[in-house]
Amino acid sequence: MSNLLGHYNYWIVIILMMTGFYTVIARPNLIKKVIGLFIFQTSVFILFISMAKIEGGSAPIIAEGISVYSNPLPHVLILTAIVVSLATTALGLALVVRIREAYGTTNEDEIHVQDEQD
Amino acid sequence: MEHFIDIVLLGLLMITGFAIVRMRSLLAVAMLTSIYSLLSASLFMVLDAVDVALTEAAIGAGISTILMLATIALTTDREKAPRHTPLLPLVVVFTTGAALIYGTLDMPHYGDPDAPVHRRMAAAYLHDTPEEIGVPNVVTSVLASYRGYDTLGEVTVIFTAGIGVLALLGYRTRRRNIQSPAIKKLVVLRVIAKLFLPLILLFALYILFHGDYGPGGGFQAGVIFATGFILYALAFGLGNAQRLIPQRLLHVLAAAGVLIYAAVGIEGMLLGGKFLEYRVLADDPVTGQHLGIMLIELGVGITVAAVMLIIYFGFVSRQHSGDS
Repeated sequence: MSNLLGHYNYWIVIILMMTGFYTVIARPNLIKKVIGLFIFQTSVFILFISMAKIEGGSAPIIAEGISVYSNPLPHVLILTAIVVSLATTALGLALVVRIREAYGTTNEDEIHVQDEQD
Repeated sequence: MEHFIDIVLLGLLMITGFAIVRMRSLLAVAMLTSIYSLLSASLFMVLDAVDVALTEAAIGAGISTILMLATIALTTDREKAPRHTPLLPLVVVFTTGAALIYGTLDMPHYGDPDAPVHRRMAAAYLHDTPEEIGVPNVVTSVLASYRGYDTLGEVTVIFTAGIGVLALLGYRTRRRNIQSPAIKKLVVLRVIAKLFLPLILLFALYILFHGDYGPGGGFQAGVIFATGFILYALAFGLGNAQRLIPQRLLHVLAAAGVLIYAAVGIEGMLLGGKFLEYRVLADDPVTGQHLGIMLIELGVGITVAAVMLIIYFGFVSRQHSGDS
């Protein structure tokens, strides 16, 4: 039982990660692919934050009467990663908009067909 | 109880994730993505990562969703069925997943206080922060002081992404205010937006300057500041919003934030310390740390807010130019 609960967070993270991965490789729509990447990114955030958690710990803000704090280092890494992930998502979506203007579609299969005709 | 909430939230996340893959309507997918982010923000809260939860709620559930909706408005809402059978991707995904799960078996248990990740650096940060930096929020002290180099790099990445979106989508300033008549009829939205704008901006400033003591800091404050203006643009039209905060000003601000950050670093060198060493900024090392952290958080906030608005205006102004 303790082994099962001990890794529960990590296993769900891997399922989420694979959900995102599947969306990126199996779905032809480019917006859907960007959303797949977004799911993948968020699952990595959850992995890091799960590792930072200490049983019975508190948020890493020093206060009197609290002796156990969660690990602040992964929090810092993920906090900045979230903002960077938005920046990269925006860049990806901007590329999708330009591709749509050039090809008239956001479907990867149709883009390949048009490329082969040229 | 904490375990129970953790298990339920992760279960909901999984269900939302599967729904996102299966749904064909991209509008519904964008809304589900927002829910997915909100759920993960709640999970971060349960896992004691309050700063991260604040960031994820503002960015994932807020601005990302707006950007996805803007992209869908510029492209299409329907996803066509894939032409190939998903057999090969499924095999790849299941194999990778199985390998990763096999890898987790060696990991220390969730919540284990003796895990290697909690030793050395993390313990040192927690131990030294009250004495060396003098701020209660250890996340802020690590972000702004101990790992200031990293954060400078990340701000530069955000700045670069802003330039990238600008290069891809361009920008057009609107003299005439363009707004759909449907939104003009929404009196509640307009009144609430007007009422909330000063409160949102005030809250952003609070998050910015209170980041030393509670959850918050430049990244979150910048995003919340930008959402205030995005709300205004949604309720009163793009032209009015661009008159309120001109595009040229945004370009200057985006660069100014990074420059403030770097200037604080160089100031430290001029005063005889190392790059981004705050101790030398004032007579007393702890006061110097306070000053340095506040200045670089301000720089981070300015750049993040400006880049978020540049990205938003880039997407939305393109949409209107397509109509005419």
